[in-house]
Formats: sequence, structure tokens, C-alpha cells
Amino acid sequence: MELVEAIILAVLAASTPLLIAATGELVTERSGVLNLGVEGMMIMGAACGFAGAWLTGSIVIGALCGIVAGTLMSLIFALMTLGLAVNQVATGLALTILGVGLSGLIGAGFVGERITPAAHLDLPVLTRIPLIGRVLFGEDAFVYFSLALIVAVWWFLYRTRAGLVLRACGDNHVSAHALGYPVLRIRTFAVMFGGACAGLAGAYLPLAYTPFFIPGMTAGRGWIALALVVFSSWRPGRLVVGAYLFGAVTILQLHAQGWGVGVPSQFMSALPYLATVIVLVLLSRARTGGSTAPAALGTVFVPDR
Amino acid sequence: MQLVLEKRAERSNTIALVSPLIAIGLTIVTMSILFAILGKNPLLALHAYFIAPLTDSYSLQEIAVKATPLVMIAIGLSLCYLANAWNIGAEGQFLIGAVAGSWIAVKTQGTDAGAWVLPAMFVLAAVAGALYALIPAICKVKFGASEILTSLMLVYVADLFLDYLVRGPWRDPQGFNFPTTAEFDPVATVPVLIEGGRLHLGAIIALLVVAAAAVLLGRTIKGFEIRVVGAAPRAARFGGFNANQLIILTFAVSGALAGLAGIIEVAGPVGHLQPGISPGYGFTAIIVAFLGRLNPIGILIAGLFLALTFIGGEQAQIAMKIPLDVTKVFQGILLFYVLACDSLILYRFRLVFPNRQVTRGAG
Repeated sequence: MELVEAIILAVLAASTPLLIAATGELVTERSGVLNLGVEGMMIMGAACGFAGAWLTGSIVIGALCGIVAGTLMSLIFALMTLGLAVNQVATGLALTILGVGLSGLIGAGFVGERITPAAHLDLPVLTRIPLIGRVLFGEDAFVYFSLALIVAVWWFLYRTRAGLVLRACGDNHVSAHALGYPVLRIRTFAVMFGGACAGLAGAYLPLAYTPFFIPGMTAGRGWIALALVVFSSWRPGRLVVGAYLFGAVTILQLHAQGWGVGVPSQFMSALPYLATVIVLVLLSRARTGGSTAPAALGTVFVPDR
Repeated sequence: MQLVLEKRAERSNTIALVSPLIAIGLTIVTMSILFAILGKNPLLALHAYFIAPLTDSYSLQEIAVKATPLVMIAIGLSLCYLANAWNIGAEGQFLIGAVAGSWIAVKTQGTDAGAWVLPAMFVLAAVAGALYALIPAICKVKFGASEILTSLMLVYVADLFLDYLVRGPWRDPQGFNFPTTAEFDPVATVPVLIEGGRLHLGAIIALLVVAAAAVLLGRTIKGFEIRVVGAAPRAARFGGFNANQLIILTFAVSGALAGLAGIIEVAGPVGHLQPGISPGYGFTAIIVAFLGRLNPIGILIAGLFLALTFIGGEQAQIAMKIPLDVTKVFQGILLFYVLACDSLILYRFRLVFPNRQVTRGAG
């Protein structure tokens, strides 16, 4: 029983950074911008988040540093792709390369240091309930925040006028522009939101998941978050399912390694990446009735006046 | 005040030629600031990065050695990018090529196998690299799965597979438990060009690849098709060009070149298979391809330039204790500036002041 509880807790912890980063990217992509730099923004969030938390001793300030770092990175992306109309795929790659380098530079002084990880909720009685107590009432703040965030994003996209306008920009920027909406400004905000989320997701890793920073610790999670957005068909509800499924695959392969399954550990470690490929193929194949992606996704928009 | 882009009537050829130079200039200015922030003398640091490696024969050879994989991979990638197919998993294809070629080297170790070993390694590495690149290409063409994400995921898989081999079945029994194969036999090693030097046959192969790509793109129908499919997909459809077939072709070619580069690196400068054989060649090659404007000759020059930053970065680390990550930052910033300057080829930048814009915006 305790093992089941431990596994569920581990799955939630492994899924949370994926969910936060993918939520941000979902909003960005819904506005019609494909930011492939999630990995770079995440690793910058991890480095700056750890640096902030280590210097001040505060997890909250660490998380804020991560958010600021991710947002600043996304602003570079916005300037390039929205301001200068540069190809979004190439710019996203550049952002990842830059982020990996910069984070190594910033984080170099902090490698080997440890902090006290984010505290877990501890309620009297409720947290003590067997099996579900710690799962429901004993998580760290990031887990609850990630779920609140995805609900808020769902509400924003489908229940507010601003969300409708944002989706319009993603589906047809020419029409949105003709109706008088500031397409580039809306997209800039969407890109910044994506950057803030990626930064927070990255900061989660050294602040709550493992209490230390190592260069490259995001290990492709930014790319998996991008795949999750495709998996979700750009819908918030499915994103939650996808993120927890991927978290489960990650944790199960770790446990399988622990149980001494007769498969080399490297093959098990490759599972989340292979699963991503397989899921992408199956989903893309299943979609026969046209693509569900925002129609203007990844295309350059230069308003004519 | 607002930045406005105005489309040029036609591409500016002057700017197409100067834009990489502007980008390099801006990068050097930015790096000087970064060096100053790090508390290093910018002039000395720039000297260590860009001038010092050019002053001795060892470093010059080393630049050519580092440029070899970069140029070979970037040539393949440029074909993909010209055809609007986004292979960003060249790093994985590089590793799989290295693994496949090493298989022959490992299996023939200590036998009296003859001169066929090295050519066979090359062929197998190229085939393996091509097949590995075909996975994302086929997923894209048959199922519509994003080739960007699948090709990148396969990098991690290739990395783990290599790790498994050198820690498991292929580990050198006399290697003190280090994760590496035994040193390759002389017949399985890429010969050096100058006795006692570092420059090896791979450099010649890279030059041949550049020449072949220049002919393919400049003088053949296939090359024309690749460029049209990327630049004007609608026109290409009317012209009866098969875009899917070109995705398969360009991915296979770029995979083969990356695989070949992988085995040349392992059987050349490294001499055995081990984890970490690539300091991110597959990703740096993306920058090389763009800095070289997806043009074979441009890629050759860009490859040499980025190889210089690798060597310069190592020298700056030894001489001035500048962290190696600065090289990656440098490469990332360079790619940003290259892309931004490329925008100047198609657009004119103009600052518009809001009060004037009102009168103009009436129309």
C-alpha cells in the first residue's frame, strides 16, 4: 500500500514540471506562435531559480527568479519572431542553445550546493488519511499551483473574450488584424506567458524535485512538454491527462530499474523518449479529419498598414 | 515609437552577402560585454578566442579536425532546411553512425582483417545514420508526426544506446572499468594526412561532400526541386514535384552524412567508442548551416569559423580560466544575430512615430 502511495506521489512530482511548461506553451501556440525554445527557457529557470533560492534562502524568491528568467528569454524570442519576422523554428532552436550555455555559466558557481526543498502541505488529520492523504493534502505548492494554472488557462481560453481573441489570432491572424486586434501585441503576451511558465517549470526541478542544480538537469523535459501540447490536441483538459501519463512512464521505468528487471537501465531510461515518438505517431495518425493545430501556428505575420 | 517591417520589392543580394559578417561583428561586441561582466579583459579574451588558435600549426590542424564533422553534418542539414524539412536530430544520427561503424571495428579487433575494414565501417555508418534519420522522416510523411520532435527525441535514445554498449557488451576488458571500447586497430583507423599530425582523411572527405553538394544544388534537377519545394511549396505542387519524397531523400542524405561524420570522428581523432564523443556537433551544425546561408561554400567557411570558437574556447579556458560554457553562449548569440540579420534581406526596418503614423494610417 505504501509503495502505491509512494509511486503516485512520485508520478505527481515528475509530471508537474511537464504540466506547467506545457500549459505555457499551449497558450503560446494557441496564439499562433511555435516557441521551440521551451528547453532553453526551462534550464534558465532552473539555474536562476536555484541561484535565487540559494542566495536568499527563500523558495518563493527562487521560483520568482525562475519565472523572470523564463520571461526574459521569451522576450528575446518575441523580439526576433514577432518584431523581426524571423523563422520561429530556427529562433526556438537558437533560444535552446543559448539557454543551455547561459544556464551552465550562471549555474557553474552553484553546482554541488544544496538547499532545503519546497515544503509539503501538512494538514492535521487530512494528510494522515492512509493512501490518499498525502496524495491529496501533502503535496508541495507547485503541484497545487500547476492544477490551478491549467484550470485558469481553460477558463481564460474558453470563457473569456480575451481568450477568444487570442485563439482567433492563432487561427487566422489576417482576420484578427482586419478586425482591429493587435495581433503582435497579443502574441507577445502569449509568448511571455509561455516563458514565465517554462521558467517556473524549470525552477521546480532544483527547488522541489531534487534540491540541487546540475547543468542540463532538464534532460529534454522542455521537448517532451512540446510533444505534450501536440498530444493534447491543444486542449487544456487532455494536457493534464498527457502530463500525468508521461510522469507515470518516467517513474515506472525508474522503479523497474530498481526492481532489477532484466533489461539494461539505459533501455528503460530511453522509454519516455520512445514513448513520445510513439504517441506522436499514433495521435497524428488517428487525426484523419484534418489537423487540430491552430491554423496559423508557426507562420510569420507582418501587418501591412 | 514603433518598429515596422516593410517588405522589400526583391531580395537584397548585397545584404545577403554582408549579413553573416554583420552578425559576427554584433556577436563579438556582445561577447566583449559578457567578458567584461565575467571580469576578464575583453581584448585578451577575444585574442584567445579568435587570434591565438590561428598562430600555431597544431591549433590550425585542430580547427580543420573540428570543422570536419561540423561541415559534413551542416551540408546534410542545409538540404533538409532548404526543402523545409526540419531535421534537428543530427546529433543522434551522428552517434548511431559512430556506433554502427564501431561494430565492425570491435568485431574485427585483433583479427587479421585487411584494408576493407575502414571502407566497410564508413558504408555501414552512413547506412545506419540514414536509416535512423528515416524514422522521423517516415513518421512525418506517413503519419504527419512532427519531425522536429521525433528527430530530437531520438537523440536521447541514441545517446543512451551508445552508453549501454560501451558500459556493457563492448567495454574494453582491459579498460580499468572505464566506459570505452578498446583502441581501434590500425586498419580501423582513419589515416592522418601528415605524419605525426592531427589532420586526417576526414577533412578531404568533408571537402568532397561540399563539392558534391555545390554540384547537386547548382547543377541538377534534384537540387532545383529541393529549393523550390522549400521556397515555394505551391509552385512545387503545380510543378509536379513530390514534397514527401524530398523529405525522405533529404533526411536520408543528411542522416548518412551525420553517420559518416560520426564514424570518422570515432575512428579518427578519438580512436575508440566512448560516451561524450561529440561536444554537440549535431546542434552546432545547425548554426553552421544557417551562418553559411544554407550554401555549401558558405557552410565550409562557417564550419571553420565555429571550429575556431571551439578551439578558442578551450584555449581561453586554459589561459584565462573562462568557462567552456561561454563557447555555447557565443554560438547561441551568433545564431540569433544571423537570423535577425537575415530578416534584413527580405524586410526594411523602419522606426515609426505614433503621431506621424496617424496621418499615414488613414489610407
